[in-house]
This record gives sequence, structure tokens and C-alpha cells, in this order.
Amino acid sequence: MATITAGIATSHIPAMGAAFDLGKTREDYWKPVFDGYEWVKKWITDEKPDVVILCYNDHTSSMMLDIVPTFAIGFAEEFKPADEGWGARQVPIVPGFPELAGHITEQLIIDEFDITIMNDIDVDHGLTVPLSLVFGKVDAWPVRVIPIAFNTTQFSTPSGNRCFSLGEAIADAVESFPQDLNVQIWGTGGMSHQLLGHRAGLINPEFDNAFLDRIADYPSELRKITRLEYIQKAGTEGIELIMWLAMRGALGEKVEEL
Amino acid sequence: MRDRPNSLEELEKIPSTTVFNARRSREAYHLHKFCMTLMEEAKREEFKQNEKEYLDRFLMSEDQKQAVLDRDFTRLIELGGNIYFLVKLSNTDGWSTVKAVSSMTGMTPDEYAAMMLAGGRTPDQD
Repeated sequence: MATITAGIATSHIPAMGAAFDLGKTREDYWKPVFDGYEWVKKWITDEKPDVVILCYNDHTSSMMLDIVPTFAIGFAEEFKPADEGWGARQVPIVPGFPELAGHITEQLIIDEFDITIMNDIDVDHGLTVPLSLVFGKVDAWPVRVIPIAFNTTQFSTPSGNRCFSLGEAIADAVESFPQDLNVQIWGTGGMSHQLLGHRAGLINPEFDNAFLDRIADYPSELRKITRLEYIQKAGTEGIELIMWLAMRGALGEKVEEL
Repeated sequence: MRDRPNSLEELEKIPSTTVFNARRSREAYHLHKFCMTLMEEAKREEFKQNEKEYLDRFLMSEDQKQAVLDRDFTRLIELGGNIYFLVKLSNTDGWSTVKAVSSMTGMTPDEYAAMMLAGGRTPDQD
């Protein structure tokens, strides 16, 4: 039986990808944040997950707004890093897992989550930066990855509550897959931030800390945060936190915070 | 009508913030088509060689084309643009994201970076 054994929440900020790729992680400016990942880098080598279900948002790299799926799942054998305007990141091609992705898709739709299938998608910093932060510099990624892309670009995005429920349904789908697999689910994206307008540069530590204080034991309080509140308090791009809620939903009622 | 957590109108009332909604997405569709071409090195070079001629290949409004030529991100957002697309333009120019984002705030990139290092802007600060 496949089981979701752990979840990770992390930023996927492209600047960290660039610092990583350019070998700047030990520089004074970057060191504190990269040091913060040392623990998880050790932990993951013991955990050895077979699969990571990676909740992220495509930053209009592969998903031009020709079609705007609310939730979409990567269904290919592999996913290439996307060229986002400065050349693709020089990181390994991301191996997929179409058998499990197909199973999850079928089960989700039966469970009334009408997820879109993506047979051909390049993956941008939203997906590859978390892999770099957790696995470091590698010749090949040590896991297979199922990308789940959330629309956080065009409003209305899904609600945090809906994402949490999707996470619960993903966990059920994984549990019903017959192969023995150690599966993790990662929720990625920034906490409060805003990249546009005169309000760009918004950071709200009170909001972020309140979110962190509740995500392990009181996620039901976080499910009530509306899109309006996210933008008001956490900025236009702070809405990415809804993907953390998908991760949390998949972990079940009781979790141990590591 | 069923209960809704908030009205769409409220999303338009957040200070100094433009929520990228369906109307704006459509308004900027061809501007964004242009931005997407900048994900290929050969196209980036073509664009740099003759920007105006390159822009004329797209069904963008003249205002949008002018704002691209001016690298006026504030104006591009007003004309429906979405920042995820627009950074492909600033990336093409070799701008840092700080430079692109700070250009909308009336600060220099250095001033903006200093603000961020000091903890950023609070939500009620306009």
C-alpha cells in the first residue's frame, strides 16, 4: 500500500534557485536561509521517499493562460526544467510517475475533484527550487515527482479550504494504490509577499507567524482564511499559502511537527 | 444568492493592489503571448534587434506596445498585465526581479532592497 508519510512546507522563491545555481549559498547574504535547510537535507536522506507529490504553482512558464485549470496534475514520464527568460535551470530532468499520477487522477475525479491532466509540461522554479533546497546538488533526483499545479495566477484562485479538501482526497487516493510506496507531499510557495504595484515588498510577520503557529495543530482555523484576507494581509502572492493547506490536508488529523 | 466569503468588488478595493482577474487576463492575453515568446533564446535576440517590429507581430494594443518599449511596469499592470509574464521581459533585459518590482514602487532598486532587508513593507503602509 502506498502511504503519505510526511509533508514539507517551503518557499520556492526563484532568487534562491539562482543563488543555489550560482554557488552563492555560503555568502553572507544567503547563508542564513540555506542553513535553515540543513536539517531537512539530513532528514530526507533517512526518510528516502519513493515519491514526492509536489504542490506548486506554475508562474506562467508552461501554463500560458490559454487554458486555466484550477488544479492540474503532471502525467508524464519526465518533466524538463522550464526556460523562464534567462535559460533553463541546470538541474536534472524531473522523473514523473504516470502510473500513480493516473491512479490519483481517476480517484480524485470520482471524489468530485475535477483535476486537469497535463501530458506535456515543463516545470518552473515553483517545482525545481524546492527539490534543490531539500536534495541539494545532485546528478539525478532521488525521487519520482508528481507535480500538482494550483492556479494562483488568475482570480478566482481555489480557496484554502478547497485546497485542504483536495489534500485529503489525494491522501485517500494514494492509500488505495496497490504498490508499497513511501510518499511525501510538499506544499510550496511563499508566505506573505507582493510583487506588484506600489504595495510591492509587503511582508506581514504577524500573519505568517500566526499561520505557522496553527498549521500543525489548528489547521481548521486556517481553512477559514478567505482569498480577500490573503491579499489584504499577505499580499497578492501570499495566496500561495493555499498550497501549504493542500499538503496539510493530506497529512490527516494528527501530525507530529519535526 | 448563496453565501459567499467575500464579494468580487472587495478585491478591487485593496490599496495599491491590482488583482489579476478574468477581465484583465483577457485584456492582456496578446501582451502575455508576446511575453511567452521571450522564453526562447532565439526569440529574445530577435526582440532585442528590433523591438517595435517584433511587437507589431502581436495583437496587442498600441498602449501595451508603448508600455513594453518604455519598460513601464506600472502601466503594463494597468493595461491588464500580470507580473509572472512581465518578469520574462525584465529577465530578457537582464534585470533582477528587485529592479523590476521596485520600478513600480517609486524606489530605486537599492532603496527597495534596503526596505526588504529591514523587514519589508507592512500591509497598511501604502
